[in-house]
Amino acid sequence: MSGNSTISTTRKLDVQQLRQDFPILQTEVYGKPLVYLDNAATTQKPLAVIEAMNDYYTSSNSNIHRGVHYLSQKATSEYEIVRQKVQRFINAEHLHEVIFTKGTTESINLVANCFNRKFLKPGDSILISAMEHHSNIVPWQMACEAHGATLRVIPMNEKGELQMDAFTDMLDETVKLISLTYVSNTLGTINPVREVIEQAHAQDIPVLIDAAQAVQHIPLDVQDLDADFVAFSGHKMCGPTGIGVLYGKEKWLDQMPPYQGGGDMIKTVSFEKTTYNELPLKFEAGTPAIAEGIGLGVAIDYLEQLGLQNIYDTEHALLTYATNALRQIDGIRFIGQAAQKSASISFLINDIHPFDIGEILDKQGVAVRTGHHCTEPIMNFFGIPGTVRASLAFYNTTEEIDKLVAATKKAAMMLG
Amino acid sequence: MTINEQQDLIIEDFELFDDWMDKYEYIIQLGKELPLIDDKYKIDDNLIKGCQSKVWLHAELKDGLLHFTADSDALITKGLVSMVIQVLSGQQPKDIADAEIYFIDKIGLQSHLSPTRSNGLLSMLKQIKLYAVAYQAKSLQ
Repeated sequence: MSGNSTISTTRKLDVQQLRQDFPILQTEVYGKPLVYLDNAATTQKPLAVIEAMNDYYTSSNSNIHRGVHYLSQKATSEYEIVRQKVQRFINAEHLHEVIFTKGTTESINLVANCFNRKFLKPGDSILISAMEHHSNIVPWQMACEAHGATLRVIPMNEKGELQMDAFTDMLDETVKLISLTYVSNTLGTINPVREVIEQAHAQDIPVLIDAAQAVQHIPLDVQDLDADFVAFSGHKMCGPTGIGVLYGKEKWLDQMPPYQGGGDMIKTVSFEKTTYNELPLKFEAGTPAIAEGIGLGVAIDYLEQLGLQNIYDTEHALLTYATNALRQIDGIRFIGQAAQKSASISFLINDIHPFDIGEILDKQGVAVRTGHHCTEPIMNFFGIPGTVRASLAFYNTTEEIDKLVAATKKAAMMLG
Repeated sequence: MTINEQQDLIIEDFELFDDWMDKYEYIIQLGKELPLIDDKYKIDDNLIKGCQSKVWLHAELKDGLLHFTADSDALITKGLVSMVIQVLSGQQPKDIADAEIYFIDKIGLQSHLSPTRSNGLLSMLKQIKLYAVAYQAKSLQ
């Protein structure tokens, strides 16, 4: 790609070759080859991930962290190695800053619950943006309601870009935390999270980054970004469902009370008084998703082997190709035209309902998502019922984009 | 015609279609053709909001028969809504309350009735049943 650059180590991915790693990409729907363009909802899984989970249940299954026997120790070791992989993957300073959760939603809820119990008081405020997923809105609404605080919204412009001037003006002494999506799942906007964090830190305000739509597309270094919290899901990065990560700086995690009570999160228990375990187990009550965790570890291996920068470059080229190809369709209107965009394209055609387009695309083997994408405030902002969203991954091809365009033209013809 | 005779008629019609495109074109045509509801009834009180598409439904009892008019913002849903009306409108409340709607499944549009997809059509069918049960109870008083 940038072969003449001396510092770049990027290489072009062999997409046809790596597609062989994903069994589901070889399947058909309605007798047509599957064109899977719903990667922002969940990505497909390479065979190595599927096999790792199968192997775990076949040869290591056991409960972890407390068993005296061989299998338990083997399973514990396999599971805890994944924590190290995550630490390296996001470049966390300490291993115990990596908390395993069910996914992004639980990671955000954990902070909304525990950080706010400690730090949020009546009259305080939390900042989010106008382009958040419901799971980065509702937990804060609930926390604000519980603590008498106010939820304030950083506005965006018509292109779907954060209004940084307005953001700067909103930073005052009432703000206790900012929770912002790195990449919008609906608009594809890549937010200037580094600048947000810098401005927030100048006033000692911590920042949570919802990286659910970023972690599989953009190299992430939590120390370099200086993020206070980062949340993401395994299943959007070629891993299994049911496992996710909350990264938190030690200084915050140490001060926060535990999230849920149960096994693993305690040091000693009596009916009078329980003392809590240390990080990370303090936030990991109950038996975790062990097989899923091990699957996540293999997914990280897989992504690292491809190289995040290579993934980004490949997807960016595909995004440009797809945007140009879709632009040829009469009456198309893109929702989300930020200068910095990830490979997620929301669009409408004339006044055709997105649900109708999605159904006709489905019948042609093209899987997209339609609707409000769990971002109703964005739909209200643009005054639309929903969008058709094609979200791309590194394993998609230009031929698949051509099929999307042809299928969309057919849908427009039938519905117009 | 009874409710089931109406359903069988639609199923028979759909057997003529060779492929999915013809089927969908027919449903879309139905959706485009019908002015299904008087504008004065297209109000929030009559709105059944699904996750994906909206449906407006108005019910009226005339001479012991229950009549429905409806509309949707999505064309395919609207086409299906018009078939539901063809099947159920103008029938006795008791028959509507007891009816089993099988034609949507038989013509291959069952995904519209998936509760997880939670769109307007399924909610509309539930609402129609509620009206029927309510009017049936009224007529028994």
